[in-house]
Amino acid sequence: MKRKTSSKRSKKRSLSANVIAPVLVGILAFVLWDVFVRVTGMPPYLLPGPLLVLQTLIADWNDLFSALLVTVQITVVAFVTAAVSGLLISVLFTQSQWIERSFYPYAVILQTTPIVAIAPLIIIWLKNNTFAALVVCAWIVAFFPIVSNTTLGLNSVDRNLLNLFQLYKASRWQTLLYLRLPAALPYFLGGLRISGGLALIGAVVAEFVAGTGGARSGIAYSILISSYNLQIPRMFAALFLTTGLGVTIFVGLSVLSEWLLRHWHESAIKEDW
Amino acid sequence: MIALNHISKVYGNGTVALQDMNLAIAQSQLIGLVGPSGCGKSTVLRLVAGLSQKSSGTIEWGMDREVKKLAYVFQDAALMPWANVRENVRLPLKLSGMSKRTAATRVQQAIELVGLSGFERSYPRELSGGMKMRVSIARALVTQPNILLMDEPFGALDEITRSKLNSDLLNLWQQQRWTVIFVTHNIYEAVYLSNRVIVMAARPGRAIADIAIEVPYPRTEAFRTSSLYNKYCREVSERLAEAMEERQEVRGETQNIF
Repeated sequence: MKRKTSSKRSKKRSLSANVIAPVLVGILAFVLWDVFVRVTGMPPYLLPGPLLVLQTLIADWNDLFSALLVTVQITVVAFVTAAVSGLLISVLFTQSQWIERSFYPYAVILQTTPIVAIAPLIIIWLKNNTFAALVVCAWIVAFFPIVSNTTLGLNSVDRNLLNLFQLYKASRWQTLLYLRLPAALPYFLGGLRISGGLALIGAVVAEFVAGTGGARSGIAYSILISSYNLQIPRMFAALFLTTGLGVTIFVGLSVLSEWLLRHWHESAIKEDW
Repeated sequence: MIALNHISKVYGNGTVALQDMNLAIAQSQLIGLVGPSGCGKSTVLRLVAGLSQKSSGTIEWGMDREVKKLAYVFQDAALMPWANVRENVRLPLKLSGMSKRTAATRVQQAIELVGLSGFERSYPRELSGGMKMRVSIARALVTQPNILLMDEPFGALDEITRSKLNSDLLNLWQQQRWTVIFVTHNIYEAVYLSNRVIVMAARPGRAIADIAIEVPYPRTEAFRTSSLYNKYCREVSERLAEAMEERQEVRGETQNIF
């Protein structure tokens, strides 16, 4: 019990250091940026100062935030679809060597083809439903890390445990459910963290390519339009929102992963017992 | 009750793990299997457990298929890190389709048997090496087996933990009278535990000596310091040295050829 409290305390201390250090760097960067803009007299259409960006962000908050929500929707739908389909595909791969051998190369091809190059095609094919087209683009970028990580995890099961399951005549289904899937969880979560960020990138790229305006346009479209109109402060504000979204996704998935693995995985162990 | 007759095991790459291995084990005997690494000690266990297939020879069972109940304890505890002690111990019953409620009593008994009451909700990473091994033994005992195969179960433990687990294992064995094949590279452990110590030689793996340890159970701590114990240890160690020498000679010959 005593040990537990001391570990909590040291965790708190390291947490605050983990927060304070980057925040200081951030503040320093903003100050330098502001000083640079003031000293060089840089015009706002080339590089706006941080205060101007903040003002723009507040002034255009309603527009930008509703655009951000559209991007959030695309990202979340694509990400969830990627997680579910990625998991199913990996399970399928580990059930048969032949399926893995036959389809894995195509998963790689889908991953290595630049999304910018195929996005126009997808948007043309799904021209009646831009939202779906954007989701498909983001999904293509996001699903591969989940497939490759989870497949690795499902295959790297403790050999002795596999023997034990064999000894007790476990069915294929039992081995999957009680051994392979739990053993793959840390790998799956690692895949999720990578693909969360990628889903956002995929959505942004697809929005750029689609270039659709109207009520349901996302934050990337706002960045694009602002740059056309030389509204550089607004462009910066939208950029910050996008980055913020990316960081939120990453932090959220990290917290989820740490919580799910709190009992057992080395990566989640803060202190040696 | 278990008879290995002329068992050979050749791996796909041509390695002869076992050649003409013979071993007869009576019911409720505790057999210690010692030998240099690579002599096929673990292979014997894997063949008996049906985890790998023999190349030739027969294994006879002096019991019905129904009665035969095997349990295996691995070298490292091989616990599921995501499951607590109770869930780890329950695993064999869960795999056989027993409901959680029916299993509960037996799981609890097995945990008490190995002296882990109070740790039911602990996770493997919170346990010491010796406690992990105890969980692993409880998981083996929960199916109420009559044959227990142990593959260097205490090999990674410190000496004090090891001798504690040795005497605890003997106590349990006297209560439950399983037939045990205990693989180890520790001579002292083998002599202390076994009815018979089988010494194996490597390349090819085979049994070269069968030494009966004619000391009644319960074996006390005093036995560990007795001259009789020393005598047996010396005997096993001499036979083991022979096994190693033989290998040296074989190696010498091959060097001459080249």
